[in-house]
Amino acid sequence: MNEYVEIVIRSVCVLAAFLVLPLVVGQTEHKVMAHMQGRLGPMEAGRFHGWAQLIADGVKFAQKEDVVPLAADKRVFRVAPALGIVSYLLALAVIPFGPDFFGANVPGGLVWLLAVSGIGTLGTLMAGWSSGNKYSLLGGMRTAAQLVSYELPLILVCASFAIAAGSLSMVGIAQAWNPWWLIWQLPGAIVFLVAATAELQRPPFDMPVADSELVMGPYTEYTGLRFALFLLAEYAGIVVMSFLLAALWLGAWAGPFPHSLGWLWMLIKGGIFAFVIIWIRVAWPRLREDQLQRVAWLGLVPIALLQLAITAVGVVVTSQ
Amino acid sequence: MSKFLTGLAKGMATTARTMVTHAPTQQYPHVQPDLPDRSRGVIALLEENCTSCMLCARECPDWCIYIDSHKETVPPGPEGGRARQHNMLDRFAIDFSLCMYCGICIEVCPFDALFWSPEFEYADGDIRNLLHEKEKLGEWMRTVPPPEPIDPGAATGSDAVAPGEAAG
Repeated sequence: MNEYVEIVIRSVCVLAAFLVLPLVVGQTEHKVMAHMQGRLGPMEAGRFHGWAQLIADGVKFAQKEDVVPLAADKRVFRVAPALGIVSYLLALAVIPFGPDFFGANVPGGLVWLLAVSGIGTLGTLMAGWSSGNKYSLLGGMRTAAQLVSYELPLILVCASFAIAAGSLSMVGIAQAWNPWWLIWQLPGAIVFLVAATAELQRPPFDMPVADSELVMGPYTEYTGLRFALFLLAEYAGIVVMSFLLAALWLGAWAGPFPHSLGWLWMLIKGGIFAFVIIWIRVAWPRLREDQLQRVAWLGLVPIALLQLAITAVGVVVTSQ
Repeated sequence: MSKFLTGLAKGMATTARTMVTHAPTQQYPHVQPDLPDRSRGVIALLEENCTSCMLCARECPDWCIYIDSHKETVPPGPEGGRARQHNMLDRFAIDFSLCMYCGICIEVCPFDALFWSPEFEYADGDIRNLLHEKEKLGEWMRTVPPPEPIDPGAATGSDAVAPGEAAG
């Protein structure tokens, strides 16, 4: 009986974090991007500095008509947004916020995380394919190309972290962390950040949705709540990737009083990466499709392989 | 490659600097804007000064001023004088949906009947409501600020010199 209560409480906590954190990141993006561009951003909704802007947006999306194009592959079209959002929910469940503060401690947590977050991108591909729209199809194909090329460096550097820790469990990796990782795993962390941004199709890697040339690509035909789900999935993706990097590279709850304040350190560390992902969106221009592939195959993959070698040598040397 | 990386770093630095500097945005409906001197908001009419000479209406590049008037005869004052006529202004209207705020009407008015006012809050949902009659134009006279002092070092043209001095 007690076990079931614990499962329910943990699930509710994950769900609450999943509903709150992406909105916080979204609101931060509104405000940070505005100030970086010399604007104020939302100021009206909720009176105090527009804190309720995303809630107002949500209400607006809910009121809109849910249009399914005649030429669309209707069932796939309807399922696609859910796929993205659910996959990130499942991913968030295994990210630890404290030594005992996590949704689930899966032995192969890292593998699970990479697998389900890949499915999220698949939702975008399904949306692009099923919309019955050339722009969406182009966007979907670009998503697929991006998934193929950036999943590889992402998995390679995650493997590096796993080798360094000697564990595939997220909690295990965080427990094995020590401050030397900051230097030892630095190239891996940079590759992870770049590859994660690309995986989320965030600028400067937003070729698939490029609104100025593909009019939002796979999302062109979506309206109302389904479109909102895609947007929410993007921010949930930022949350998952930022906190994943914080858990892998910065030791999750590592800091003073890890048992009582661990969640705070984790929130701060993840928040920093989320901020960086927002920052590079504002600062850098979008890459062209061929440049995007070049960055992945000629830049990230060699660095990731090098990081893997460095990690392997380090583990062998220190274990003797 | 190094140029590429410095470019990326510069982008980050510029955005970071902008983020920590105060945004120039003025929260308009909550805070009244700080308008510069001689702001061209709307054209106000001082009806007493208008002689219906029509100069403004004729100079207006887009013909947005409408004037109607009639003549009234004033009986002679002292015995044996002659009756005089003067113009009575019936209608003076400016269509602000046409007006391009060039200010020629104000420049050209010989009797100082037209003035710039900084008042700008007269937007309307219907374009036809932007045709304002002389009553409304007269109300805006209250918002006309006193004339600005001449800027230090302003050019003194021949107009600025008194007639007697010019001769000498």
